[in-house]
Amino acid sequence: MAILTLTINGEHVSGKDDESLLAIAEQHGIRIPTLCHLDGLSDVGACRLCLVEIEGTPRLFPACTTKPREGMVVSTDTERLRKYRRMIIEFLASEGNHQCAVCVVNNHCELQNMAYETALTHVSVPYLYPKKELDASHENFIIDRNRCILCTRCVRVCHEVEGAHTWDIAGRGIDCEIISDLNQPWGTSESCTSCGKCVLVCPTGALIEKGEAVSEMEKKTDFLRYIVTARQKREWVNLDSDEE
Amino acid sequence: MTVEELREVAETERARQGNFRHRITYCSAAGCASCGGIAVHEALAKALKARNLENEVELAGTGCMGLCGEGPLVRIVGDGTLYQRVDVAVAEKIIEEHIVQGKKVAENLVDTTDPFFASQVKIVLENCGTTDSEKIDDYIAAGGYEALAKAVTELQPAGVVEEIRKSGLRGRGGAGYPTGLKWGIVRKAPGEQKYVVCNADEGDPGAFMDRSVLEGDPHRVLEGMAIGGYAVGASQGFIYVRAEYPLAIERLRLAIKHAERAGLLGNRIFDSQFNFRIDIRIGAGAFVCGEETALIRSIEGKRGRPRPRPPYPSEKGLWGAPTLINNVETFANIAPIIRKGGAWFAAIGTPKSTGTKVFALAGKIRNTGLIEVPMGIPLRKIIFDIGGGTPEGTTFKAAQTGGPSGGCIPAESLDLPVDYESLATVGSIMGSGGLIVMDSTSNMVDVAKYFMEFCVDESCGKCVPCRVGTVHIHGLLEKISEGRGTTDDLALLEELCQMVKDTSLCGLGQSAPNPVLSTLRFFRNEYTELLHAPEGYVPSGTANEKSIAQ
Repeated sequence: MAILTLTINGEHVSGKDDESLLAIAEQHGIRIPTLCHLDGLSDVGACRLCLVEIEGTPRLFPACTTKPREGMVVSTDTERLRKYRRMIIEFLASEGNHQCAVCVVNNHCELQNMAYETALTHVSVPYLYPKKELDASHENFIIDRNRCILCTRCVRVCHEVEGAHTWDIAGRGIDCEIISDLNQPWGTSESCTSCGKCVLVCPTGALIEKGEAVSEMEKKTDFLRYIVTARQKREWVNLDSDEE
Repeated sequence: MTVEELREVAETERARQGNFRHRITYCSAAGCASCGGIAVHEALAKALKARNLENEVELAGTGCMGLCGEGPLVRIVGDGTLYQRVDVAVAEKIIEEHIVQGKKVAENLVDTTDPFFASQVKIVLENCGTTDSEKIDDYIAAGGYEALAKAVTELQPAGVVEEIRKSGLRGRGGAGYPTGLKWGIVRKAPGEQKYVVCNADEGDPGAFMDRSVLEGDPHRVLEGMAIGGYAVGASQGFIYVRAEYPLAIERLRLAIKHAERAGLLGNRIFDSQFNFRIDIRIGAGAFVCGEETALIRSIEGKRGRPRPRPPYPSEKGLWGAPTLINNVETFANIAPIIRKGGAWFAAIGTPKSTGTKVFALAGKIRNTGLIEVPMGIPLRKIIFDIGGGTPEGTTFKAAQTGGPSGGCIPAESLDLPVDYESLATVGSIMGSGGLIVMDSTSNMVDVAKYFMEFCVDESCGKCVPCRVGTVHIHGLLEKISEGRGTTDDLALLEELCQMVKDTSLCGLGQSAPNPVLSTLRFFRNEYTELLHAPEGYVPSGTANEKSIAQ
């Protein structure tokens, strides 16, 4: 592992060569907007919000999956990037059926917050009003695909952390959908452990707990960092055993 | 098999073929087979049997002969006669008149001095039309596997890479990355296990180059892959071929079996330490699986979705191992380069784009079919000399290269040399070889809409710009083409195209707006004249255009 120095937004910063640009920026208090990224999960570079400019190439790179190079000059907050981020949120707003006023996570929603952050005042593309299914067959939880932005956090947390791989994606393009097992009702899923991690990491009101009314549900994602770190360091292993 | 044994097989096969008085080849590829070619084959065989000529005349099913629009095609190898539009009756006539009586069947003769044939240079397709696609001995007799023998017994892996580098060969999948450079990176990448992957997931509408190579000369691809395996230090290869190509898959399976039996694939190839196996993986019909990272995931048995690069497959590919991934046509160029040397290849084409390129000519053109031309040839020559121009009574408007990822080239640029750099200057790309010609009856907004619809269908849905952006772009194109668009819509269209191009995750999304941007660049008037279209307005390129002009 080597320590590299690079420039982000004109500021000299240093970071390890196996870290992402996103992590390095975060450590130096530079905020890059994200949606599909979550500390503790693998990165997929899908939402494209964290795209940054790198000097010497016309291409844009997702900060979450891009590794630093010595002397790299990175810009995270240019006119062009701000515009593209706003358009991405605009696309997401037009793609689903997002009605904040009646949503369980109203005021605690990452998509909503991102709309504020990117100063999205109106949506200039037509709303697609897709017909999406809601599945309330699970004892404790609901999936409302109308509010899903396909960030795949639920898929990854279920596969990588819980190890159940209940969730996956069916279809392609605009018809993509999150499904449980082989596209059967969530309540009948045999792989689901009902652990609820997917609900907690979901950035919107697509995965929610039953019994919550409008604006009542707040998601917690911090737990993931502790679980993953503890697992890596084997901190909670052999607590009851006599071995050292 | 040893090198001596290989030469013996070649000589025995050549002697066997020499014993026949005539050799008749017929196109056994999908193009001719789909328009009656199978019945023609049966009729030829029957006619020979009826005259007891089976021991004097050899009948061989070969790969694509090029003039697909005029098929089924039959060739008499000795005197080079080529017959077009052969049916059962004509087949009978060919045997009776040409073979027995020695006079040609005039009405079905193809003029082989036509520029269609004279302007072509065949390297990749050199065996298509002459050797039997299903017989390994025929391929060996034509010099097949000699390059592999030379590589394995005479050259060091680094020497093979150097020869490819010297040839100047660039990736024929479309992007044009220098092949020698890629091979060198994989060769130097650390790792015990490496892989060679052949991308045969050809999916551009109107493109059938790779299919024709696989159907016509499968051993050439296997040989190229084996040489690649030797050069980079891989012992396993995969061919990822789409399920829509059943004949290509069948021929590949047969070719692999024959090569394994002959000891040309497997362990201790040419008595050396080099082992190489090739297996086939069949795609399930997703265009995005032609994107290398999605293709690799699909081979791994996962959902075919691309991932951000770097790391590139040459460092981290199949199951995390360094992977050499090249297109069918790239691999098909390898054996001749090793056989004749990199310098020979570099002398063909232009200094920066060497060698030849196979194109599938389609659309509004007289000679539809498969052609191979030297790089740098002017587009005009392809369209008018080889292609014979657009149909009677119409004029050339544009040619689309690179399919849904490419752009159109207007009539003003007809003298453009066809090479990687020149095509980029007009906003198009070389692409994998699809060349669709549009004439004055084509409407360019419809063309853009067609390709965008394709991208909407084929977007994998992973990243937001491609998943949602293509839908909105297509919606705007629909609105404009129906005459409901405004100038604001046109501005929004351009904004969305630029954004999807800049922000999408993989090549599919990044290049999806190209057909729109390129038609906007050269045929903007066709868009603007649709805006606020008054009642009864007839857009250009429709049948009524002429009557209005009068």
